[in-house]
Amino acid sequence: MSLSGQQSVADSFSQLVEDGEKEFNLRDGSRIAVVGGGPAGSFFSYFLLNMAEAIDLDLTVDIFEPRSFKYCGPAGCNHCGGIVSESLVQILAAEGIVLPRSVVQRGVESYVVHMDVGDVAIESPVHEQRIAALYRGNGPRDGCDTDLESFDDFLQGMVREKGGNVVRKLITGVEFRDGRPFLDFADGEGEAYDLVTVAAGVNSKFISLLDNLPGDYEPPKTTRGYICEFHSSKEEILRILGRSVHVFLLSIPRFEFAAIIPKGEFATVVMVGEDLDQELVHAFLNDPVVRRTFPTDKVPCVCSCSPLINLGARKRPYGDRIVMIGDSGITRLYKDGIGASFRTGKAAATTALFHGVSGKDFEQHYWPTCKRIVNDNRVGKVMFATNAIMKNSRLTRKAMLRMSQNEQDSAGAKPHMSSLLWNMFTGSAPYVDMFRGTMHPGFIYNLLKSVTLSLLPESDSAPVKKKAV
Amino acid sequence: MVRGALGKVYKDGEEIIRQGKPGESMYVVQGGRVEVLQHSKKGREQHLAYLEAGDFFGEMAVFEKEVRSATVRAAGEARVLKVDKKTLLTRLREDPLLAVNLLKTMSHRIRELDREVSHHKKVRL
Repeated sequence: MSLSGQQSVADSFSQLVEDGEKEFNLRDGSRIAVVGGGPAGSFFSYFLLNMAEAIDLDLTVDIFEPRSFKYCGPAGCNHCGGIVSESLVQILAAEGIVLPRSVVQRGVESYVVHMDVGDVAIESPVHEQRIAALYRGNGPRDGCDTDLESFDDFLQGMVREKGGNVVRKLITGVEFRDGRPFLDFADGEGEAYDLVTVAAGVNSKFISLLDNLPGDYEPPKTTRGYICEFHSSKEEILRILGRSVHVFLLSIPRFEFAAIIPKGEFATVVMVGEDLDQELVHAFLNDPVVRRTFPTDKVPCVCSCSPLINLGARKRPYGDRIVMIGDSGITRLYKDGIGASFRTGKAAATTALFHGVSGKDFEQHYWPTCKRIVNDNRVGKVMFATNAIMKNSRLTRKAMLRMSQNEQDSAGAKPHMSSLLWNMFTGSAPYVDMFRGTMHPGFIYNLLKSVTLSLLPESDSAPVKKKAV
Repeated sequence: MVRGALGKVYKDGEEIIRQGKPGESMYVVQGGRVEVLQHSKKGREQHLAYLEAGDFFGEMAVFEKEVRSATVRAAGEARVLKVDKKTLLTRLREDPLLAVNLLKTMSHRIRELDREVSHHKKVRL
């Protein structure tokens, strides 16, 4: 074979490779289906359309969401505690996204940690309201007459403004036809797309439809959470809870984490943990520390649910022309699910637009974002295990309280424990950053000092100071 | 007045950042309006711009270790959110496309500045 012949074969081969790559590129007229109209689906669609507009690419984006988040109660509920973390609020602001007053039910500036040995209020490090308490849907039952606006509906509105479509159709099947994903609708019709983005969440029936697809889309591990909405007057909720989120470090067996979040006329109680059941919920709601914070026996619970919560990562949240984002792919352990939806949604959109929609493209450019979350969750598990040990001993509970109270009371003191608790509860920092904070000599020294002081007999009678909230 | 619900409320005339002072954060207006102004060496104030919900300022301090180049204060009641340098730079490392939104505004400001300079040159000629 001549040299020119060899070049020709090489050229043909590279042309084939190039054509193969082009086959998976989005181009003018490409159609993208997004299954699920929660934050992950909306963030993905918004950034995809935004970036496509910047490079003059004309795409069709259909978000399939059969529910309307304009309805209150279960019909428009998205089973979530509804906290937008401090870091996400800042990033959204830097992206030019302003959360309106009608959506943010409460701007949070402090957390109050409750223990049997006392309470401590931990203020935001910058003394600003940088955490948003909101409703993913349009609020619980009994909330229909209030001026609530849904966060998910607000995000869908942003997508509509960018030219995306929200389609109120239920998807009953997904298959591949001629190499392209094809969606079957409940009305008997169906359509083919160039890319299907799964943002359906672990509570959606759509997730089980993925089992029929070729490829190993093993679902993520899940557990049950508990969410309950207590209803009273705005003034009463404000009087009882103030403007703070209340979190609990209790030594109830199997108890991991719970928070009470004030939201206008409502207070949302959220519990998460690997081994949560009705008995544990009952024990928590009737614990004297919880009762003294919030009279769960006097304020009626008007809406409650036990949604599934993603506890781990899908091993392979992508394939050719299919990608899974948010809860249906990977999320942060117990915290900042909306933040994870934002990060995975934007990373998937960037990959699809600038690199392509093949499994290889997603593996190279989308998976690193997921991997960072997966690795951070591993550290998170260690942090929660350590927290479980600390909260189960009265001595360490007293030491944690003493250390954080001292930090909050003395201006200029380095807030080692306060920062750790703030970040653990707000989900504002990666777990790995929190872990690094616990390795700081100042943290170790002050913790040991607080443990020693808590061993002294007089510390038992020391007054437990509760800061005004 | 206020469209957004987060950040901190500043009263009319209250300073948010001051020219010549060091700073490490960027700010995003959530609601109301803020005024950007510069003080001359003789102490005279020169109005530069008004910023509204979604607009940001103070970003130069995030990228350069320089003092604030202008003073920004609330023009009426305004709500402003502080964005930490660490949060922003960490996220920029993960997602360089976040810079696009910032660059868009900064590019627009340079264009405005060019227009101003060219206008002043014409007047002097």
